[in-house]
Amino acid sequence: MLPLILFYIFATILVMAAVAVIVSRNPVYSALSLVLCFVTSAAIWLLIEAEFLAIVLVLVYVGAVMVLFLFVVMMIDINLEELRAGFTRFAWLGWIMAGAIVLEIAGVVLTKRLGIDVTRGGAPLPANYSNTQELGALLYSKYAYPFEIAAMVLLVAIIAAIALTLRHRPNLKVQDVGRQVAARASERVRLVKMDSEHRE
Amino acid sequence: MKSLGNLWLQMPPYVHSTAITLLLTVVLILSVAYLTLWERKVIGWMQMRIGPNRVRIFGFLPGMGQPFADVIKLLIKEIVIPARANKILFRLAPAITLIPAFAAWAVVPIAPGYAIANVDAGLLYVLSLTSMGVYGVILAGWASNSKYAFLGAMRSAAQMVAYEIAMGFALVGVLMAAGSLNLGTIVAQQHGGPLAWNWFWLLPLLVVYFISGVAETNRAPFDVAEGESEIVAGFHVEYSGMAFALFFLAEYANMILIAGLTAVFFFGGWLSPLDGFPWWLGGTSLLAIAGTHWLLVKMFVLLFLFLWFRATFPRYRYDQIMRLGWKFLIPATLVWIGVEALLSWYQVGPWKH
Repeated sequence: MLPLILFYIFATILVMAAVAVIVSRNPVYSALSLVLCFVTSAAIWLLIEAEFLAIVLVLVYVGAVMVLFLFVVMMIDINLEELRAGFTRFAWLGWIMAGAIVLEIAGVVLTKRLGIDVTRGGAPLPANYSNTQELGALLYSKYAYPFEIAAMVLLVAIIAAIALTLRHRPNLKVQDVGRQVAARASERVRLVKMDSEHRE
Repeated sequence: MKSLGNLWLQMPPYVHSTAITLLLTVVLILSVAYLTLWERKVIGWMQMRIGPNRVRIFGFLPGMGQPFADVIKLLIKEIVIPARANKILFRLAPAITLIPAFAAWAVVPIAPGYAIANVDAGLLYVLSLTSMGVYGVILAGWASNSKYAFLGAMRSAAQMVAYEIAMGFALVGVLMAAGSLNLGTIVAQQHGGPLAWNWFWLLPLLVVYFISGVAETNRAPFDVAEGESEIVAGFHVEYSGMAFALFFLAEYANMILIAGLTAVFFFGGWLSPLDGFPWWLGGTSLLAIAGTHWLLVKMFVLLFLFLWFRATFPRYRYDQIMRLGWKFLIPATLVWIGVEALLSWYQVGPWKH
């Protein structure tokens, strides 16, 4: 009973936060609502005993991705009027996508109703079952190649992102850190010894 | 007394964990209070000064009343909210910084075989919680509607994201040594005296972890987020009274947390340093008993390092911080993870079976 109550609480918060992402007038509020979305979905994943995924969702998306997102949103001056100009023009696209998602969810629910349930459900796993260990064992044995390929794709994406934003500006003044580190006091400071002055 | 003990045992587990959580919170807050005093005393001694020695408790113990005097002073000050500041986020930000520093203690093994929540993926939980603390800093900087606060927030956000990666990689090494993500198991696996603790085989990772910990808590020499000479007080420049005190509390609570985690990951947590010694070296004496007191001793030494750093090192320049984090610490951890893989493959050290 308690998991069910918790699920409905988290689900309500999740839906409300998701709506807030779209309708907030302030882009910072939108980004923060998205953070709330991630945290509540992590809580829902915890309820279905996917603790590894839940914690990693918070670690990666809340702890790193959204921080940088917020960073950018706060730095740039977003013109909301311009952003909202296309709202009605592209609304039909949004409705189609929303409809598709609703249909997909309905499909999942219907298969469960018809008794052709493919998801594991019901019986909770024993307390000593380690989600993380199972995932690791599968990823590094059975799915080693797909895992490596995914890692390579990400690496290529990182390099591409850096290459796209790299600019070589002429006459740029940069510090040569190697030279700074190699600097010694004897090269910079000249100690002068002289007698003190005497009044004539 | 006996009936009280019975009553305690008959209570359901959630009463136990709630009571211990409350106790731990109170202990943490008091530790923070006296850590601030200890810091002022230590830095005072290092600079040939005496440090706070005026406020007494009931006329005794000079200086011991200082934290309470400070708290009362801050409590009765007005909290000024700047013009055109975002009022909700401005008030929320201190709480967001503070909560992760306390919540992470849930999985830390505070006594042999005991943690408030015995979470299987405890290490990941700690990492994800410590990464949430940066929100408070960013939101404080943005909500204050002040250029200095915003600059401080930007600096600290970039710094925390950079050092989190090095921190995570250092913990990968700990995970490889322990073969578990559970903090209790990580401690238990290090039994057998100081040389069996993780610091010996994972020394480079310990150094990286502790440096990242100092950077993550925005302490000197990495305190550019509040570099007084450049941006006044950084992200909390607009905060006054108790709102400022909460940031202060969060900073010290985070220091205590990092010290505790370093002790757990690298110095055998609650294990005794005499553990595994022959009897003539005290291996069977009272000192060889594992317990919370050893965790406290180790944390105390590590916390002293934080204060020592602050009194010793000049502040890093911002680009040097980024260079250290990205170009030195992260490659260093990667190299040592490779070395560790080889050690484990050839079954050297803790991987001997």
